[in-house]
Amino acid sequence: MIRELTCIGCPMGCSLTVEVEDGKAVSVTGNTCGIGKRYAEQEIQAPTRMVTTTVLSDNGRPVPVKTMRPVPKEKIFEVVNEIKSRHATLPVSIGDILIDDAAGTGVPVIITGDADR
Amino acid sequence: MDRHVSLAVIGAGPAGLAAAVSAHEAGIENIVIYERDEKLGGILNQCIHNGFGLHTFKEELTGPEYATRFIDKVRELGIRCETESMVVSISPQREITVVSKRYGLRVVSADAIVLAMGCRERPRGALNIPGMRPQGIYTAGAAQKLVNCEGYVPGKEVVILGSGDIGLIMARRMTLEGAHVKVVAELMPYSGGLKRNIVQCLDDYDIPLKLSHTVVDIKGKRKLEGVTIAEVGPDGAPVPGTEEYYECDTLLLSCGLIPENELSLTAGIGINRITNGPFVDDRLETDVPGIFACGNVLHVHDLVDYVSEEAGRAGRHAADYILSGGAKKNPPNIVKVTPGQGIRYTVPVTIDLGNIEEDVHVRFRVGAVYKKVTIKLMCGDKELTSKRRTIVVPSEMEDVILRKSILEEVDGDIRVEMTGGGL
Ligand SMILES: Cc1cc2nc3c(=O)[nH]c(=O)nc-3n(C[C@H](O)[C@H](O)[C@H](O)COP(=O)(O)OP(=O)(O)OC[C@H]3O[C@@H](n4cnc5c(N)ncnc54)[C@H](O)[C@@H]3O)c2cc1C
Ligand code: SF4
Repeated sequence: MIRELTCIGCPMGCSLTVEVEDGKAVSVTGNTCGIGKRYAEQEIQAPTRMVTTTVLSDNGRPVPVKTMRPVPKEKIFEVVNEIKSRHATLPVSIGDILIDDAAGTGVPVIITGDADR
Repeated sequence: MDRHVSLAVIGAGPAGLAAAVSAHEAGIENIVIYERDEKLGGILNQCIHNGFGLHTFKEELTGPEYATRFIDKVRELGIRCETESMVVSISPQREITVVSKRYGLRVVSADAIVLAMGCRERPRGALNIPGMRPQGIYTAGAAQKLVNCEGYVPGKEVVILGSGDIGLIMARRMTLEGAHVKVVAELMPYSGGLKRNIVQCLDDYDIPLKLSHTVVDIKGKRKLEGVTIAEVGPDGAPVPGTEEYYECDTLLLSCGLIPENELSLTAGIGINRITNGPFVDDRLETDVPGIFACGNVLHVHDLVDYVSEEAGRAGRHAADYILSGGAKKNPPNIVKVTPGQGIRYTVPVTIDLGNIEEDVHVRFRVGAVYKKVTIKLMCGDKELTSKRRTIVVPSEMEDVILRKSILEEVDGDIRVEMTGGGL
């Protein structure tokens, strides 16, 4: 299978063509440097993303949160939905843990903004 | 006069906070930061995504986390912050008029002022889109504030005009909030945003980006019903027959930022028509003595790290100005800094060679995408420094450092030149 990707390593944004076998990149072309090749390999094998969103606090206002580490890309919506089902009890501070294990990814979700009222 | 302060900082975004911290560290104690909002942190409060501070803190923080690092520092140093206090005018003699909930109207005199009012988004009025004026049209930043700070998602079927980073970030944000983002249209043949944002905010969610496209018609009397998007030709005019209609209840505009300088005008500060920010020298001092500028009010930055760094310098120079009573150590020897072909502007526009105390950052943006270029700072035929770049793009600010040791050898005006890349 052939996959087309855009390298995010720098503003060149090289168009990468990746030959994929058994979920692994066997060849990468179109990259200008090594970063592009490594990016393609990672993107094919196990793409991950940080998730940032908000959770409602008990006064109805949103409080910003993020996953502590990147989560598998295909889990983004599950993670967001689990966060949406929660409430933050005020006061909260940066670094407070909202969820220990978001959607079975093993990654905690933490508060990223102080709020007291 | 109601009051006197050593340093008045206007705006408590990352620029104002960093300027106040560095002025304090340089020995100034009587500092007040005026902020019209109820919170400190500026625009960062609504930027809940990550990607801030990689240069400064070697980790990727979200906007509020980045702001909090500086807010904590300001609090720790005991710097006075007056929130819900809007500065409405500044005189050339550095008297500022402040309106606040708590104290009403006051006039405060300051030994020095740092302008850090940030920028605002280009509104629809400034964009000349034809069609009706229904509800449902927002700037991307206004929508960002609604979603992230008020918890209100403005619509379900969304079209975005302009591919600036705020628009791209909002495409993902609206998608995660359950909206359907149908398309992002960009007038230029290249995106105004970072590649990373195109991949992670559009491609990840299969949102199409249409380059060289714009909105040619808006439908809906009271509420937005849809927009028509068409391709634009090389002459900038819509190509007949390429029109496509998108039904939508929300149109977000992400078409650039403009420094907020109404206040600077009240002080009689000269404004560069290209950046829409004040003309400054290498000390980030405007053409009104004792008034300094930094951050997005000076020129639009793409990275907050550069904002903080620049503001740190502005704060230091303001502190110097206060401590020396505005007197220069040596007779001034002022040379100009001018942009060459392909370069839109430079910050600063002058350098005082007689009074160089530290390395000088020359910052600028290019006018189009150029590949494989060499950027040179020249004084006559003499090359002062040069830098090779595989690519330069209008959406990224460039920064070239002129070392103090090199500046000591300069004797005339400085030109920023770019060669290669088909120039
Ligand atoms: C909507 C929007 C979204 C952005 N998103 C990103 C992003 O995702 N990533 C990124 O790197 N950069 C982003 N930016 C750029 C961002 O503005 C800078 O990175 C940084 O926040 C600029 O800092 P600043 O302190 O110069 O301005 P700001 O953060 O805008 O702070 C200026 C402050 O001055 C206050 N102020 C203005 N006028 C007055 C007055 N007359 N009296 C008192 N106070 C006043 C304002 O209320 C505000 O708090 C965004 C900009 C905007 C406009
Ligand atoms: S492959 Fe290298 S040059 Fe090309 S976009 Fe990626 S990092 Fe930049």
